[in-house]
Amino acid sequence: MSHTFTLDGKTIPFAEGQTILQAADAAGVFIPHLCYHPDFKPHGSCKLCTVKVNGRQTASCTMRALPGMVVESETEEINGERRALTQMLFVEGNHFCPSCEKSGNCQLQATAYHLGMMSPHFDHFFPSRAVDASHPDVLLDFNRCILCSLCVRASRDVDGKNVFALSGRGIKTHLIVNAKSGRLADTDFTLADKAAQVCPVGVILPKRLGFAVPIGERKYDKAPISETTEGR
Amino acid sequence: MTAPKKKLKVATTSLAGCFGCHMSFLDIDERLFTLLEHIEFDRSPLTDIKEVSPDCDIGIIEGGLCNAENVHVLRDFRKNCKILIALGACAINGGLPAQRNHLPLTTILEEVYHTSPGVSNGMIPNDPELPLPLDQVHPIHEVVKIDYFIPGCPPSAEAIWKVLTDLLAGREPELGHGLMHYD
Ligand code: SF4
Ligand code: SF4
Ligand code: FES
Repeated sequence: MSHTFTLDGKTIPFAEGQTILQAADAAGVFIPHLCYHPDFKPHGSCKLCTVKVNGRQTASCTMRALPGMVVESETEEINGERRALTQMLFVEGNHFCPSCEKSGNCQLQATAYHLGMMSPHFDHFFPSRAVDASHPDVLLDFNRCILCSLCVRASRDVDGKNVFALSGRGIKTHLIVNAKSGRLADTDFTLADKAAQVCPVGVILPKRLGFAVPIGERKYDKAPISETTEGR
Repeated sequence: MTAPKKKLKVATTSLAGCFGCHMSFLDIDERLFTLLEHIEFDRSPLTDIKEVSPDCDIGIIEGGLCNAENVHVLRDFRKNCKILIALGACAINGGLPAQRNHLPLTTILEEVYHTSPGVSNGMIPNDPELPLPLDQVHPIHEVVKIDYFIPGCPPSAEAIWKVLTDLLAGREPELGHGLMHYD
């Protein structure tokens, strides 16, 4: 731990091979992120973790820390761009938080609160993707998917099951279930899988458990995401 | 808040709303009296005024756009109010009513007026008195420029109070942790 860089003027120590985001995390400094999870290799799709390194923007979840780097994160410019990215994610899906079981425990929502997102600003896409309720214990609402690929990585790398995949191109990119029928019921997916725990938003939901936690006691009711362990 | 010389005119309306945002507004309780020292209500479900006055300072809109009349009212508000505020999830992103957007309008009308149990000899209402539904529900910012947004379904009385008092004091409205909610 002899190396350091500065993050918004603060000295951050890091170990060889750590990314900027990992080092900041270890030092207790919050950098917004959605597709990064400490248990998995970085993905680099959400771009919420963008910082300026020596004056140039880059994703802090994929950029290795180097001695003497000058990193800016909590600036008006970068937070403004993060807010725009968050707004894009909101209008690309159907994020009707008032009826979403993940509300209050959702990382996308909590990040939007953190960034002071008063409205989604852009025109809505209103996608129409069928819900998959075939599995006895799990419901999938694809209209809330932010394509972070955490479920894909968890199922492939931890569970060894390969239940999920991203398919399609451009705006048509979407999450699919790896079964001939395309239905979750026709896979060996279970609630005990790591992939069942990692979705940062309200796509992969356990059935019959919704709305169990009283308002006021949900994860991000108690503390903003920036003050929650590991920012999640 | 120090008392201003002239009271600000505030108009409010509910488009494709549930009136919940207005109820949440009333949840400011006794602070409504304080507010009335600074504002007077123009057209609003709380008054009997039928049209928005041309010199309104603030227009507060709950609800998204689901029919032609909603669009007329919204345009009228924009024309006559200096500041337009979108209040609540429906005005901001269509809200839960926009969950109808993936269904064809004809399917919905058929189901409600023709095929649902309990409807006999039903017909889809066709009187020209009735505003035609839009094929999809829209957030209000897709039709007119909106100056401020207060999120929530509904926004809490505290959030509404915070934004209104910020505006009356000439501050940029800001909602911190606990007041910022989409649900
Ligand atoms: S997934 Fe999160 S942001 Fe989307 S509707 Fe649910 S709570 Fe809201
Ligand atoms: S389902 Fe959830 S975990 Fe999987 S890609 Fe979509 S948002 Fe990410
Ligand atoms: S956390 Fe770095 S791009 Fe998503």
